[in-house]
Amino acid sequence: MYALVDCNNFYVSCERVFAPQLEKRPVVVLSNNDGCLISRSQEAKDLGLKMGEPYHLSRPLIEQHRVKVFSSNYALYGDMSRRVVQVLSHFTSEVEVYSIDEAFLDFSGLKWLTKGSDLRAYGQRVHETVKQHTGIPTCVGIAPTKTLAKLANRRARLHGTNNVLLLETPAQWEHALSEISVDTIWGVGRRYARKLTDMGIDTGLKLANMPEHWLRRHLGGVVGQRLWRELHGQPCLDWNPAEWDEDDQLHPNRASRHSVTCTRSFGRPQHEASALNEAVATFAAKAAEKLRRHGLAAHVVTVILGTDKYAPIAGPKTHTAVVSLTDGSNHTSQLTQAALQGLSRLRRPGTAYHRAGVLLSGLEPEGQGQLGLFSAPAADQPRRQQLMTALDGLNARFGRQLVRLAAQGVAKNAAGEVQQPVWAGRAAHRSPLYTTGWDELWELR
Amino acid sequence: MLTSLHDFISASLLTTRELPLFGCPVPAGFPSPADDHLDSPFDLARHLFRHPASTFLARVSGDSMIGAGIHPGDLVAVDRALQPRHGSIVVAVVEGEHTIKRLQHRAGQPWLVAENARYAPVPVSQEAGLLVWGVVTHVIHALGEHQLTQVK
Repeated sequence: MYALVDCNNFYVSCERVFAPQLEKRPVVVLSNNDGCLISRSQEAKDLGLKMGEPYHLSRPLIEQHRVKVFSSNYALYGDMSRRVVQVLSHFTSEVEVYSIDEAFLDFSGLKWLTKGSDLRAYGQRVHETVKQHTGIPTCVGIAPTKTLAKLANRRARLHGTNNVLLLETPAQWEHALSEISVDTIWGVGRRYARKLTDMGIDTGLKLANMPEHWLRRHLGGVVGQRLWRELHGQPCLDWNPAEWDEDDQLHPNRASRHSVTCTRSFGRPQHEASALNEAVATFAAKAAEKLRRHGLAAHVVTVILGTDKYAPIAGPKTHTAVVSLTDGSNHTSQLTQAALQGLSRLRRPGTAYHRAGVLLSGLEPEGQGQLGLFSAPAADQPRRQQLMTALDGLNARFGRQLVRLAAQGVAKNAAGEVQQPVWAGRAAHRSPLYTTGWDELWELR
Repeated sequence: MLTSLHDFISASLLTTRELPLFGCPVPAGFPSPADDHLDSPFDLARHLFRHPASTFLARVSGDSMIGAGIHPGDLVAVDRALQPRHGSIVVAVVEGEHTIKRLQHRAGQPWLVAENARYAPVPVSQEAGLLVWGVVTHVIHALGEHQLTQVK
């Protein structure tokens, strides 16, 4: 049996842990650069505020109802997510972190846990313990496969008693499948959903009732066949458990990662080469650091530049350039060099860009790469690695990006005052770094 | 191929990712007698906090708990996994605000009691209900900059 534990309105719930006066009040959290609504409390949903809606469009409604607005505080959400996963790991050692607010638990190792009533009670304890220990409310869906657990979780939110729902028998999950449209099934993309609906297969149950070979033929071969089995209670999706390191920190499995990205919207549009260079170098350095944290190296560097999403002109709003490396690397200066090379190809003088990013892909575990046909092993490789270890150590100790490449720009002006880069995003409503910043620590009166 | 003793050590003994600092990285000379007795340095948080996932640090700004040795500017550790009892120092939620007080049960009713005569004890009414955010487990108090002078 699998359980999917999903945190309710996660970002809003994190804010409420440190601001109890916001219980029962409408609250929203905005995306990077205060762009769109990305998390809403139930009260905010009830007011008709929509997920993903641009902030400037929902502003009248927000002000009319005095909705509390937060800029996103990812340092806080990341720390709370880590705490939730740590609590979950007391219930089973098999935890797969699926996203910042969702995790799968595999119960198959718990041999005593077979009866439906026991499973429900165990799910209930998971929910209550996470709430007690971290303050974060969750829903728990339990079923024989991950796909059905996802469905059970959805139903737990809508009609669960005490936030827990178990789909134990075929009759139970068939009933649940009959009540959902086919596009809400985990693993059915929007494109397939349209195709299926056109064929008259509009509910989850109609899809499950098609023969296995039909899904194999029409829904992407093995992927379709796996989906059919998952919908019939036969687990066949990969299990990518998180890994624990010596410090009891949990890391999502390496195998489950296909890319590492760092993208940001700018506070105001940028067209100067110097500002764009600094921004892209900063994103490359952050992505490289993330890569090293996961023990990975990348072969492909993609630079992303975006123009105004809302501009009334035709044509693409996002442009990318791809630079490939002969050997996999997680070295900040190599990756930054490649990113800047991509940027110089991509940038059109005079064009104002609203966002930029760096995506690293073609990932492999570090130190296991195959050498390129024409490349010799770099003699200074161990020294480069030492340099990066020292860099990461210093930045972990003295604050993010304290030691950096000059290409990233400087953090302080000539007078020694800390300055935000010109491209920095708007974050007018961010809450303090309650759990991760000594200067902004949670305060008690 | 092994190029030095150091490579040999790192290949065979160290499976963890964090490398301890060896006193003797070269195969020449007498090895440090302490290398066989490497211990990790103290990690206070790990030593003190029984439940790291549910323990949160906070800075105290008020003086209502001075009698309990909690001064303005002190750090406190608050554990959400502990059951509050009569006499526990807790972080409670009163009218939507966090407050640090001692919890007491008097004649069947919970009270939030300051440790400073300037603040009156507050009874928790039945309708408001007692909302305990967490139990305070430790105080970290710095002994004041003015007493500390570094050896030149």
